[in-house]
Amino acid sequence: MADPMRIRAQAKDGVTDVRVLMAHPMETGFRKDASGKTIPPHFINDVKATSNGKTVLTAKWGQAVSQNPFLQFRFRGAKAGDKVAVTWTDNIGETRTDEATIS
Amino acid sequence: MESRREVLKRGGLLALLVGCGALTLEQARAADVPGFDAKTLDDALKTLGGKPDNSKDISITSPDIAENGAVVPIAVTSAVPKTEAIYILVEKNPFPLTAAFVIPEGTDAYVATRVKMGESTKVYAVVKADGKLYSASKETKVTLGGCGG
Repeated sequence: MADPMRIRAQAKDGVTDVRVLMAHPMETGFRKDASGKTIPPHFINDVKATSNGKTVLTAKWGQAVSQNPFLQFRFRGAKAGDKVAVTWTDNIGETRTDEATIS
Repeated sequence: MESRREVLKRGGLLALLVGCGALTLEQARAADVPGFDAKTLDDALKTLGGKPDNSKDISITSPDIAENGAVVPIAVTSAVPKTEAIYILVEKNPFPLTAAFVIPEGTDAYVATRVKMGESTKVYAVVKADGKLYSASKETKVTLGGCGG
């Protein structure tokens, strides 16, 4: 199981600013290890964020997103105390969901 | 009911494709997202729906010179009304299409993330708004490539 995400969500003037830091190797499939063998690709290819039962962002990623991906976005319609949940799925089927309370 | 022969034939073909490296298992899984397996910028744009028009309403925030190509922060803001999706493409990467964000109503047309770059290249931000495509680009110089080898 992958490490938890760090999610920070702050509401200000009706806009919620969400910052997510995921823990993931984001292996491209182009790199080789010390013995010259290709390291198989392993990257997040699907991200979804929801708040109050509504989808606020979906994303499809390729392997060129950096290791331990960072994501920031802003949405309207939530207030402090509401929750925002982020889910990622990678190319080998691992998935993780974390939730944060908007402050 | 399928005959044993047909089942064997089909399995054999898949094994053959995987065997010659024409198709790795991982690629086979990643390929369900269109555009991400395109190897050139033009091909990637084609899968998004054709050539975008240049727009001054899209701004890309990225460093002019990135010391480390493995971590290049990129933010895209779109002032195009009815923005539905934002795509980030890195021209000279092996697969230019890097990220595709779908912006539902109520979410600002702003995303920020960090991407890898193999060499100095242009970054394209393509915005889909009201069914049309718009784009902007910005050059970033990389002093140390991020695709390792």
